[in-house]
Amino acid sequence: MTAVPDTKLQNTAPAICTENVCRHYAMGESLIRAVDGISIRVPSGEFVALLGTSGSGKSSLLNLIAGLDRPTAGAVVVKGKNLAELSREDLAKHRLHTVGMVFQSFNLIPSMTVIENVELPLRFAEVDRSQRDSLARGALDRVGLGRRLHHRPSELSGGEQQRTSLARALINRPKLLLADEPTGNLDSRTGAEIMNLIREFNESMGMTVVMVTHERALAGQYAQRLIFLADGKLVDDQPNAASVAGTTSEAGRA
Amino acid sequence: MKAYDLAELAVRNLRESVLRNSLTTVGISVGVASLVAMLSLGIGLQQLATRRLVKSGLFDTVVVTSRRDLRNFNRDEDQGGLAPAESPALDEPSRQKIERLPNVTEAYPDLRFITSFTYDDKPHLTMVAGVPASYRTNDAFEGIQGSFFSSETSPEVILQKTFAAELLGKTSKPGSDEVPVGEIAKPLLGKEMTMRYAERMPASGASDPNSQGRQPHESNDSPEAATYSIVSRELKLKIVGVTDLDPDSMRGPVRARVLLPLKLVESLHVVQPTALRDTTQAASKVPTYSTISVRVKDPGKIQVVEDAIKKMGFNTFSMLDATRSLRRFFAVLDLFLGIFGSLALAVASIGIVNTLVMAILERRREIGIMKAIGASDGDVKKLFFAEAGVMGAFGGALGVALGWTIGRLINIGTNVYLKRQDLAPEQIWFVPWWLVGSAIAFAIVVSLVSGLYPAARAARLDPVQALRYE
Repeated sequence: MTAVPDTKLQNTAPAICTENVCRHYAMGESLIRAVDGISIRVPSGEFVALLGTSGSGKSSLLNLIAGLDRPTAGAVVVKGKNLAELSREDLAKHRLHTVGMVFQSFNLIPSMTVIENVELPLRFAEVDRSQRDSLARGALDRVGLGRRLHHRPSELSGGEQQRTSLARALINRPKLLLADEPTGNLDSRTGAEIMNLIREFNESMGMTVVMVTHERALAGQYAQRLIFLADGKLVDDQPNAASVAGTTSEAGRA
Repeated sequence: MKAYDLAELAVRNLRESVLRNSLTTVGISVGVASLVAMLSLGIGLQQLATRRLVKSGLFDTVVVTSRRDLRNFNRDEDQGGLAPAESPALDEPSRQKIERLPNVTEAYPDLRFITSFTYDDKPHLTMVAGVPASYRTNDAFEGIQGSFFSSETSPEVILQKTFAAELLGKTSKPGSDEVPVGEIAKPLLGKEMTMRYAERMPASGASDPNSQGRQPHESNDSPEAATYSIVSRELKLKIVGVTDLDPDSMRGPVRARVLLPLKLVESLHVVQPTALRDTTQAASKVPTYSTISVRVKDPGKIQVVEDAIKKMGFNTFSMLDATRSLRRFFAVLDLFLGIFGSLALAVASIGIVNTLVMAILERRREIGIMKAIGASDGDVKKLFFAEAGVMGAFGGALGVALGWTIGRLINIGTNVYLKRQDLAPEQIWFVPWWLVGSAIAFAIVVSLVSGLYPAARAARLDPVQALRYE
């Protein structure tokens, strides 16, 4: 683990830092302000929940951090790089190496088996075939999916699919895990299993986690910090009192 | 992404919608097949024409004449070089010199004369020519009835079909059905006929008319060589073969209807048309040849050989220009066949564009996912490109096989027709290896070009938009 030197460095440089970031769309005559001047700092190793009703801009903000979308104004700095200034090529590298994403609808490729889905980012990273298989199996073991590796996603339960998706997000050892309603399509028991896995990655691997959810209770149960959005604006940003006691990463909070 | 991964993913994606992609691939293969079929027929026809022309000697024969000779073969009188008076004589040493030139297979004098034959007590007047021994192995006497001369000096004769028919009194009218060679040859083979000829003898002494193998230059050293007497001789000849070789072809025995071994003709010292002139030209102490035929190893080397012979001071004549325009004709024919063949491929390429654009719509979400987990624009572009390329490669390979089959079927059909018309079967279709390779390569290139737009469109896809569809 590289946790010790990293923590010191990251005290000065946060994992994520947005500076008055905006994402406006033109939709016909009207201008949609999906994200409208949000400034947040997320220290390395923190577990943050982005809360808000649908249309509040929480997913749009996550997409900006993920490098899937570009801000129309302001800056998004992740690991010292301003994503607004990166080329399309470098943004792709950011998505490949720096962040791992998990979605509500799992977003697995239906024509590929579990292990092929997990391996896919390694193909983009040009990792040798010989190493890919063992890396993918390792990642799947970590999410507790040692079997059914050669099944297609449609043959798996929702929980198994989300585990596959988590393994895929971890495969390139990113520093950031971005989760968009990861339990939205799961029953509460399976959802809890997935959330426990995410918390485990946050705690044991020191991954910074940003999770989008509309469930206040879920956020309260797992996140260290709750950020509330409404109409593209930040309305509240508070440490989660409930989880502070149980957190091992004291240095994470500035 | 690595090339292997790219190919693997491309093939996997193509297999996901087997029907649509197979149909597109079949479309490409039909395009390639029409291209290959057209070109293979064009190439086959060209080879057929070339084969025929090579047989006629058009492609590989240079006719050499002396500049001293008044009867110039070439319409282009002024070929430059030495003035007629200074140019060398076309005699035996010159012939040997020409034969030693690079790219020359052989150089032989055209010995021919008009004389009379007696067969079945009836006289027949015709042109006789000497045939070099090399004709035994080349294909000029293809389809000969009987056999070639048993040796270079044996008193044997091969008859041209029309003369053979004349001997039998079967002169056929033009336009009437041709009598097969075999039928004419049967009663003649093995029979004897008598040739009457005029021998050129040195005036100083008598010589044995049957002294075979004596070289013409034997008596050349004698100062009296320019004077000679003419003695009438008779020689019994055995008919060994009948050929339907076109007497008007360029190769060797031009317009001759009776063919004798060249060495035999040389040993007979038959008075040549040039002999009379030799006596009037003081410089010439040696019998000269009116023309020498030079066979070139490779039709492509005709120009080189011609130039070398011209440098020696002779006039040359070949059908090079005629073959050039023939080649130009076939180049244009192939071009047109190729263009028609390519039209189907152009239609097929629209199919590729359509299939790939459909695939983008269908795999919109998949593209979004790939981008979200780190695929660059380039990766997505390359993937669609690879899919186009794989379809092109498969379609190309399939198309070559299909085109080969179509060409073969046309060939078989043509031969069935030719057979009905009592004509010999001909190979009018040929698929060279370069055509196989370039057809597949062309199919891949066309597919890749067709993939340009869809690939660019897929790469531009906004992942946020693509993933929004739930």
